[in-house]
Amino acid sequence: MVKKMTCVACPIGCQLEVVLDDENTVVSVAGNSCKRGITYAESEVTNPTRSLTSTVKLIGGIRPVVSVKSALPFPKNMMLDAMKIINETEIKAPVSIGDKAIKNILDTGIDIIVTSRDKGKQQ
Amino acid sequence: MQFDVAVIGAGVIGALAARELSKYDIEVALLEKGNDIALGATKANSGIVHAGFDAEIGSNKAVMNVRGAALMESVCKELDVPYRNNGSLVLAFTTDDIGALEKLKEKGEKNGVKDLKILSAQELLTLEKNINENAVGALRAPTAGIVCPYELAIAATENAVSNGVEFIRNCEVFSIKDEGDIFTLLTSIGDIKAKYIVNAAGGYADKVAGMIGDNSIKLTARHGDYYLLDKTAGEIVAHTIFQCPTKMGKGALLSPTVDGNLIVGPSAVDIDDPCDTATTFEGLNFILKSVKKSVPTISERNIITSFSGNRAHSDTGDFILGKSEANSRFINAAGIESPGLSAAPAIAEYIESILKDEIKDIKLNQNYNPIRPEKVRFAHLNTKQRKALCAKNKAYGRIICRCETVTEGEIIDAIKSPAGAVDVDGVKRRTRAGMGRCQGGFCGSKVVEILARELSVPVNEITKFGGGSKIIYEKTKKGKKQYGKN
Amino acid sequence: MEKIDLVVIGGGPAGMAAALKAKERGVKSVTILERAGTLGGILEQCIHAGFGLHYFKEELTGPEYAARFAALIENSDIEVKLDTMVLGISWDNTVTAANKEDGILEIKAKAIVLAMGCRERPRGALSIAGTRPTGVMTAGQAQEYINLEGYMVGKTVVILGSGDIGLIMARRMTLEGAKVKMVCELMPYSGGLTRNIVQCLDDFDIPLRFNCTVVEVHGKERLSGVTVQYVDENFTPIAGTEEYIECDTLLLSVGLIPENELSKQAGIELDKVTGGPVVNEIRQTSREGIFACGNVLQVHDLVDYVTEESNIAADGAADFILGRQAVNPEYIEPLCGEGVRYIVPQRVNINSGKDIKLYFRASNVFDNASIVMSVDDKEVYKKRKVKVTPGEMENVTLSADIGKQIKKDSKLTLSIRA
Repeated sequence: MVKKMTCVACPIGCQLEVVLDDENTVVSVAGNSCKRGITYAESEVTNPTRSLTSTVKLIGGIRPVVSVKSALPFPKNMMLDAMKIINETEIKAPVSIGDKAIKNILDTGIDIIVTSRDKGKQQ
Repeated sequence: MQFDVAVIGAGVIGALAARELSKYDIEVALLEKGNDIALGATKANSGIVHAGFDAEIGSNKAVMNVRGAALMESVCKELDVPYRNNGSLVLAFTTDDIGALEKLKEKGEKNGVKDLKILSAQELLTLEKNINENAVGALRAPTAGIVCPYELAIAATENAVSNGVEFIRNCEVFSIKDEGDIFTLLTSIGDIKAKYIVNAAGGYADKVAGMIGDNSIKLTARHGDYYLLDKTAGEIVAHTIFQCPTKMGKGALLSPTVDGNLIVGPSAVDIDDPCDTATTFEGLNFILKSVKKSVPTISERNIITSFSGNRAHSDTGDFILGKSEANSRFINAAGIESPGLSAAPAIAEYIESILKDEIKDIKLNQNYNPIRPEKVRFAHLNTKQRKALCAKNKAYGRIICRCETVTEGEIIDAIKSPAGAVDVDGVKRRTRAGMGRCQGGFCGSKVVEILARELSVPVNEITKFGGGSKIIYEKTKKGKKQYGKN
Repeated sequence: MEKIDLVVIGGGPAGMAAALKAKERGVKSVTILERAGTLGGILEQCIHAGFGLHYFKEELTGPEYAARFAALIENSDIEVKLDTMVLGISWDNTVTAANKEDGILEIKAKAIVLAMGCRERPRGALSIAGTRPTGVMTAGQAQEYINLEGYMVGKTVVILGSGDIGLIMARRMTLEGAKVKMVCELMPYSGGLTRNIVQCLDDFDIPLRFNCTVVEVHGKERLSGVTVQYVDENFTPIAGTEEYIECDTLLLSVGLIPENELSKQAGIELDKVTGGPVVNEIRQTSREGIFACGNVLQVHDLVDYVTEESNIAADGAADFILGRQAVNPEYIEPLCGEGVRYIVPQRVNINSGKDIKLYFRASNVFDNASIVMSVDDKEVYKKRKVKVTPGEMENVTLSADIGKQIKKDSKLTLSIRA
């Protein structure tokens, strides 16, 4: 099978043609201008990951929501499932950068952590 | 609800008429089908006080225009509405045009317009250096001016309400029954009774007249597109600039506005739906091309917004004013297209004069005050005045709209004023928050927040202009579960 | 009236970096005037990752990048005035501002750093025909509502403009449950980063149409749809290619404009191309003692470069305050040759004796291009680049060595050759 993708390792954006065998292993990569293209293609084929960012509901905060991210690159195909958990999550102010909003989301071993500060509404 | 007079339509005509009637000790209602004042032709026109040389001699348009223009300055002064007597020029590009200008001048003089003068190309260029060099002359009318039309209507309504008029918004009239000495108006908020009706329903005045069996009015919606340019272009001309009408039609005008912007337009296309105010590609192209004939250096780069409005054009070509032939307790002010804004104070005065004679034993309202209290315009104040203002009320220290320098205090004033703002556009028309070059990009969400707070409604209930024009939907996050640190 | 050394107007990434750098250089009193309720500027709502790769060598989100500077400011004696809007700068460098607490403030400064950022081009400036319903907003407005206020702005979305904010918002809207139907781009290429096209559009199968624009807006109260149409090389819509797309939201990502109303009013000379002040290599504007950095000077694509630029401006301001100005400066204006849209700084002191980085943007997409610097038509420097696009800011160094070859009447030209 041939998979087409755009390499994002640098701004050139090479159009890669990745040939895969039946077990989804990379046989060859064409169209890349450097070695990074091959690494990129391999990771995209075997375990594509993205940085997942969103917000969660904040109770008692200056703002009604607080921004969060996956502490590590997150499996691409699980992002929309993760959003369901994120949407039903709430945490209490005060919050600081790095606080865990969700531990080990979807058993990925990855935490969803807070990325901004909210001291909370003054009582 | 029972009133002596129900004025239908809170455009500039209805608002000024209601204000005139508030001089008397009678019950007056101002009914508006929309969420605010000035939502029809009043909010989308050129904002020009015409001198009065254009209308046919002896027509309602001519008489009311000249009288209205004479009244305008004092009305604006009473109501604290910006008005500027900037004068107008009609440009001539050919010798034929000069001939036409001479005829216009003659007509104007017969209409009673003062100080009309035909300028040579030389005189024209000394007055306006950015005018096309190909212009061969111009008709100058020093009595012409500019005014903010929606501010005039809003101010008149505020003043009317302060003097006892009831302003009822979201009140659409569906039908009218006459019981001999009293009308019953079936409206979207229930029945309203009134002895007299003033029909100032703008583009719908024909339909409203039809409700009492007066089918004599035939209106067409004449659609006009406009561009508004940034204040950096506001001084490209000082006068309002028209082009001499030719066989090819009327060109677009350009004019400074009282707020310092430049307005360009309108196009003129007859359409079916008086409510259809979608701008058109063709119309916008036309006005830009046309106006470049007057001032070639106008740049598209300075455009900050485009909009359009529909003028109510009567098949008689004239304003339809006075008692309906079908019912003498029903007063028409219909077919109010250009020069309707200029004529508005005179039309209001005329309606007052009819009802004054009609209503028996009418007494003056002893508490009538023609003055609308001066409102805070932070942008126009100097540092000393600003300091004093902030010391009195902290809300004037918080700038909400950066482009137009509008403070939180002014927005609260606009919401709390009589017949105050209830939506984002209402705040915009009263304070200019969101009128500037970023068009509410920065202040929009803050205006929504202040409206929600002052009106005690949830943020996502706030609309741009009533009805279904909500700005935001539900909350993104429902929450409920805790998976984290707490 | 309060008298201080440095007033920084704006507490976003540019203002924060400038204030910190000035402090580090020994400037005694520094005040930041910020119109929002927090420091951080636009970064507060840019909750996506991708910031700091150059400057911190790690990938941060916008709020995290901002927090690193905000924390340093909190631990310094830099005075920060939040919710404070600057109203004017007088001829003697007195800054007038307003806030609820102090009312009207007047601060006389030895030097001023302008760091007001930029704003988005609104719909009005595009002259799209049609109605004026709700549901049409800039991508940044939507970003603020969703990321900071926690409100959704729409359910079915068309995005006009493929700049980074437009692309980022396509992903944000999708993740938050909206259906993004397409992104239209007037140009034949995207103004955004390749990575964003892949991770914000391709990942979610969102189509990107080049040479295509929105020509009409429909709907009375709420947006009901838009008409999109392809355009020719002159950006004129091609008849017969109209297509109606049903949607309740149109997001605009059609350009950023440096916010220079204050600069204009202060009589500062502006560059017609960048929309920002004309500055020299220390980022001093045409008014002595007034410096500029960040998006108010030129629209950046990477915040890392904003920080870099702010450090330069703060150095300049510190030198000015501490009385260490350049002696006998002689200025030339680097010229934009073929393929170069603009260069910042616009003026360079040829007697500075230092390496000076020239930042510039290409006017088109170039593959395998050479970036060439020449003095009086003689090539003095050349660098190869596999790809140069208008979306990414480039830079070359005018080294002190090359600087020596330049005379006051020399012509220094930067060009891109395919």
